[in-house]
Amino acid sequence: MSETRTLRSLDDLRRLREEAHREIRVREATGTKIIVGMGTCGIAAGAREVMRAVMDELAARNIEAHVTTVGCIGMCAQEPLVDIVQAGASRITYGKVKPEMVPRIIAEHLVQGQPVEEWVVGQTTSF
Amino acid sequence: MTEPMYRAHVAVCAGTWCKALDEADLAEAMLAEISRRGLAEEVRVVRTGCRGFCSVGPVAVIYPEGIFYCRVGMPDIAEIVEETLVKGRIVHRLLYAEPETQRRLPRYEEIPFYSKQVRIALRNCGVINPDLIEEYIARGGYEALGKALTTMTPEQVIDAVKQSGLRGRGGAGFPTGLKWEFTRKAPGDIKYLICNADEGDPGAFMDRSILEGDPHSVLEGMAIAAYAIGAREGYIYCRAEYPLAVQRLKAAIAQAKEYGLLGERILGTDFSFDLRVKEGAGAFVCGEETALIASIEGRRGEPRPRPPFPAVSGLWGKPTNINNVETWANVPPILSQGPEWFASIGTERSKGTKVFALSG
Ligand SMILES: Cc1cc2nc3c(=O)[nH]c(=O)nc-3n(C[C@H](O)[C@H](O)[C@H](O)COP(=O)(O)O)c2cc1C
Repeated sequence: MSETRTLRSLDDLRRLREEAHREIRVREATGTKIIVGMGTCGIAAGAREVMRAVMDELAARNIEAHVTTVGCIGMCAQEPLVDIVQAGASRITYGKVKPEMVPRIIAEHLVQGQPVEEWVVGQTTSF
Repeated sequence: MTEPMYRAHVAVCAGTWCKALDEADLAEAMLAEISRRGLAEEVRVVRTGCRGFCSVGPVAVIYPEGIFYCRVGMPDIAEIVEETLVKGRIVHRLLYAEPETQRRLPRYEEIPFYSKQVRIALRNCGVINPDLIEEYIARGGYEALGKALTTMTPEQVIDAVKQSGLRGRGGAGFPTGLKWEFTRKAPGDIKYLICNADEGDPGAFMDRSILEGDPHSVLEGMAIAAYAIGAREGYIYCRAEYPLAVQRLKAAIAQAKEYGLLGERILGTDFSFDLRVKEGAGAFVCGEETALIASIEGRRGEPRPRPPFPAVSGLWGKPTNINNVETWANVPPILSQGPEWFASIGTERSKGTKVFALSG
């Protein structure tokens, strides 16, 4: 096979490990979860596009977070809803999220730790 | 990265037992349904080795939540995709039910069968795709080999294995570090390593689970020992009745060679080690080490009296270190997490964990 794949040092191995680890992160625990409302109401309001935007943004910034879906939670008028759950922090719900809003939510909430107050529609203490 | 980032993984057991139950290939069907629903770029299907809970198989685990579905069949697939992967809801009827209370337990960590286990030799089984060396590396694989080659002398490696208290998992329970030392000290330039993967005891499938679910753990353990003992060549003697194990071992060896983790000048060092698989001839007695060696040499698999022990005169009369599959799989974590950690687990006289197979 190709010479190019050959690892020539422990550092080469560690670089490969880091890269390969991104691919299996979904199977390991992390402190951050982003939940996208994926009931019929959410999908109709554009939740799938929002979820794609979330995943692209996480991949681009190499952020460790799990993205999961949830059915209708009864706040259909505010869909698409996106919740961010972080260990030790309140669960923050954003409403009427559009794909264009995602980079700012991720930059301010996940990277800087500051929820984007003006888009927040709910907050619950997580357990 | 150009690779799509997947938000969910569906781990489908592809061990011998679940595959035997699942005549139509669940993983394939799951993938087809996921594609049909337009989720192929978000959800990945991973074929893993055995998770050990075969009585409720075929099992599928949905990550990141860790939702554990039991006895999954073709008719369940569309519902799993629709409910769990699209809408984030649990399909309750597929969850594990606690036998006494019939309470449904959604996540595999909550199931007592798993929550009470400490997995060392089985650390990756059921979690990674055994056919992808990258997944083994992602979990820290080959790091212990790299550490040994670049920061430890062969004697230090042997000392670590001695200190760990690891004893052979093939039956006799001989201290592994001591055996390595005997072989290292035996006179001779050419030395061999053998992995005993004959597993002849009826109903036993401990070694098969490791070989099918995490073959690289055995390869790495052997490469570490080769460095410690001074061997350049090794054999994995695997019973022919384990075709999937043979296939996964061969694939694993080929991938390790491609990455330069086996073969010449491993990780850019002077150390070279090569491995090959030898299929057994189907005799229970060939699991005994001297009979096994005779079988590799092409002779009748008959035990001979010891001494001389294989450590002094083994394969083709050369000093040979033979260990069991599970013994080898324990070696990398001993080096990466330290012998003290390993010695802190287990009983007074036997350290670490032991894999058990219950059948019948
Ligand atoms: C009749 C007989 C059958 C054996 N079968 C096996 C076997 O299937 N697998 C195995 O690992 N060891 C088997 N052994 C033990 C091996 O001879 C040897 O002790 C072992 O492979 C050493 O590895 P360990 O030190 O890692 O346990 C058998 C021994 C006897 C006497």
